Amino acid sequence: MGRLCLGMDGEELTEQETALYDRQIRVWGAGAQRRLSKAHVLVCGITGTIAEFCKNIVLAGVGSLTLVDDRVVTEDALSANFLIPSDENVYAGKTLTELCRDSLKDFNPMVRVSVEKGRPLMPLFPDIIEIKNILHLDLTGDLSSFGSEFYGKFDVVVVSCCSFTTKKKNEETIECELHYPSFEESISVPWKSFPRRFSKQYFAMRVIERFEEAEQRKPGELSIADLPAVLKLKKELCEAQSLNESHIPNALLERLVTDTREFPPVCPIIGGILGQEVIKTISEKGDPVKNFFFFDAMDGKGIIEDVSGNP
Amino acid sequence: MASRKHLAAVKGAKVLMVGAGGIGCELLKTLALSGFQDIHIIDMDTIEVSNLNRQFLFRQSHVGQSKAKVAREAVLKFRPEISITSYHANVKDSDFNVDFFKNFNVVLNGLDNLDARRHVNRLCLAADVPLIESGTTGFLGQVTVHVKGKTECYECQPKPAPKTYPVCTITSTPSKFVHCIVWAKELLFAKLFGDKNQANDLNVRSSDGASSSEQAEDVFEHRNDEDIEQYGRRIYDHVFGYNIEQALSNEETWKNRNRPRPIYSRDVMPNGLGQQNGSMEKNGASNDVYSVSAMASLGMKNPQDIWSLMENSRVFLEALKLFFLKRQKLAVEFVTSAANIRAASFGIPLHSLFEAKGIAGNIVHAVATTNAIIAGLIVIEAIKVLQNDTKNYRMTYCLEHPARKMLLMPVDPFEPNKSCYVCSETPLSLEINTHCTKLRDVVEKIVRAKLGMSLPLIMHGSALLYEVGDDLDEDMVANYAANLDKVLSELPTPVTSGTMLTIEDLQQELSCKINIKHREEFDEEKEPDGMVLSGWTQSPAVAQDDKKSTANAGSTSNASSSMEAERTDDVETTPGRKRKLSEVSEAVNPDIPGVAGSSTRNPEKLELVDDDDELVIFDNWDSVTSKKIKLQ
Repeated sequence: MGRLCLGMDGEELTEQETALYDRQIRVWGAGAQRRLSKAHVLVCGITGTIAEFCKNIVLAGVGSLTLVDDRVVTEDALSANFLIPSDENVYAGKTLTELCRDSLKDFNPMVRVSVEKGRPLMPLFPDIIEIKNILHLDLTGDLSSFGSEFYGKFDVVVVSCCSFTTKKKNEETIECELHYPSFEESISVPWKSFPRRFSKQYFAMRVIERFEEAEQRKPGELSIADLPAVLKLKKELCEAQSLNESHIPNALLERLVTDTREFPPVCPIIGGILGQEVIKTISEKGDPVKNFFFFDAMDGKGIIEDVSGNP
Repeated sequence: MASRKHLAAVKGAKVLMVGAGGIGCELLKTLALSGFQDIHIIDMDTIEVSNLNRQFLFRQSHVGQSKAKVAREAVLKFRPEISITSYHANVKDSDFNVDFFKNFNVVLNGLDNLDARRHVNRLCLAADVPLIESGTTGFLGQVTVHVKGKTECYECQPKPAPKTYPVCTITSTPSKFVHCIVWAKELLFAKLFGDKNQANDLNVRSSDGASSSEQAEDVFEHRNDEDIEQYGRRIYDHVFGYNIEQALSNEETWKNRNRPRPIYSRDVMPNGLGQQNGSMEKNGASNDVYSVSAMASLGMKNPQDIWSLMENSRVFLEALKLFFLKRQKLAVEFVTSAANIRAASFGIPLHSLFEAKGIAGNIVHAVATTNAIIAGLIVIEAIKVLQNDTKNYRMTYCLEHPARKMLLMPVDPFEPNKSCYVCSETPLSLEINTHCTKLRDVVEKIVRAKLGMSLPLIMHGSALLYEVGDDLDEDMVANYAANLDKVLSELPTPVTSGTMLTIEDLQQELSCKINIKHREEFDEEKEPDGMVLSGWTQSPAVAQDDKKSTANAGSTSNASSSMEAERTDDVETTPGRKRKLSEVSEAVNPDIPGVAGSSTRNPEKLELVDDDDELVIFDNWDSVTSKKIKLQ
């Protein structure tokens, strides 16, 4: 396993590292800290949630972090992102990634934070966070304008959509070992094969994705006016998948089309879980969550669902 | 939860944050992003290097500065338009009285110790301000909501007292490294560098049960003309040699145990060797406080190395010498070396400084991501509280491993405990020997330690027995001082079986009653205080020996067993259904002591766990770590 070699050419942690990471070394051990400090992470697309994620892994002490997102700062981007100074004189003319890089560098001088030029990835589905391992990297070309050689430099790739995170729900997929299905594999699992009390968010999310795809909308480009069409699509999908319509409450879909902006208190929650899972993956301490995580601020539940088709 | 509605509630709110540490930094940032406009933050701490890996508002250049102040400035950089008021102060200061608390719509705690948490809880109750309490350790965390009359208060469920061990395990029969650490830190270190007059069990008891401390009392005194190296060796030989021999004379003790071996400095370090570590002058002259270290002066570098007995002995003597220069870092080296020498004596594996430091405390296992998650959950609850959305209040547990598919588990808050002495008026009961216990013991062990009062006043009927305050006249002070040294039954108004005492704390505006019951005998090991407080709380001495025991809350669960037998069945609870305490504690483990309302206890695990730099003692470090690995 080439991956195991990542952290194994084991020089000792420096005294500076030991002092700084003292508390966390006590949680996950010096070996894990060494592996972290040799890992390279790529992030495509900056959101409030992703800002939280970046903060977490920079504090944890990954080797390097590369940011891709050429968009310039908008008021929307400011709203949930604490990495951007609110002074217009500072942010004018700079890209999101340049501003975030400057703040992140400051958090931990031992982490190399850099920016690659490029459009943020436009994933087929909103809010996908994929973690790829260097050994089984099979990013399909349509996700990216970069070649596989580019991705080959990274241990972890996090893909985030740029505008769609709602306060109601978020999800992530994680692929890091062979037995973790890819996102595409996961969503192709027939709905009727899921257990009876499967998360409603999962189905609702799929309906929204299909709607955006069919209407050629950008992720999150939705409003309450779309609700009738979304409900109609839900009915069709439920019929096709032999799923009782009550599994996707209309009220949930209504919330999803109404609130498409990030709800700031949810960002540290999703960004925190994602950070933890990435740290687990890199440090080889514990198995990452398999394989979907949902959080709904309405009921406060943070749920894990196995969407691999063979739970 | 319509956006516009909570934005209005959030904008007009005035919130008080207590604590600018791990949770505090995350919380202040998230409050600012969420639209809060008027935030006050109290923290007495200054920034340390080991905070920087998760308290992301702080930089290397801020080390030594006020956490509250630096956190404020950092957040104002991305939200300059909001108002943040910082206080570099102790929340227990009299400035932060009930009137101060009444200014706020909600109080958010990101604290690191039980004492301050209880204090804030009482002020929130007195001021009738909702409190949101939180805590994390490693990947675990909790957020709870405390609203007077609606949900339980922070003290409705007993909180674990700091871990205590049977005295004889520490003084005579250590079997784990942690026992040696406790001995080195709480007994030896305290004896040498703490309050000399404090009673201390450092000396072993000889076979007739009499403490040998009478004749040995002056061993620990540094004689004026004594060479410091010689002094060190004298201490060394006394505690690792003579005391062990004393202990060995108790044949009874060693029937089923391995006999320890006395260690004398001359055996480990023949004179020549001991003299070699004379680099002290050079080091002592250094102005850099942080570079003074016995390790450094002995040329040892890696804190993860396990030192040999000889190395430990050298560190011990060197640290003892250097400590007279009052350098902090040496405490850890001293405790490590002393614990290791004792461990060697008892055939317990030695540990590195790094490991010893973790066990000895002042270190909490904090992870940035958990703090971030908890901060998000606090803000979600705060918004509900500000909207008075009572039916949606939740206490939320952040788990390391999913329980019923949940990593974040919300639970309905509990109702106030009708027999809570803090938020109800139920009297407590104190079993005590009124003929030989002094009032001082009651003040120290019960009123301060158990009831957590800082400015207590004790009344018997209308007679004042004791009081603390700045405005007392001299007669009163002398009178109270005299009372402290009297046994209860000989006080001016005698306290005997059946007496009802009233204890008040004027700052906390808390008053409670204690029913006195005379009792002749106490079990020295299980009831080391020589008194037992009951009613609301459990006796910690009983709790640690009996896994089944919990307080009157009625629920019992052994967290360690539920940890292994994790529920995998897919029982989803109906929304809104009130869960039973037992159900929760079964799924949620280990509970974070010092935080929420579950009464689950795992006596085998850790006691005080908090956000920041609070003492934590793992009873069994190795088993905790291996358990974690096994579960993953």
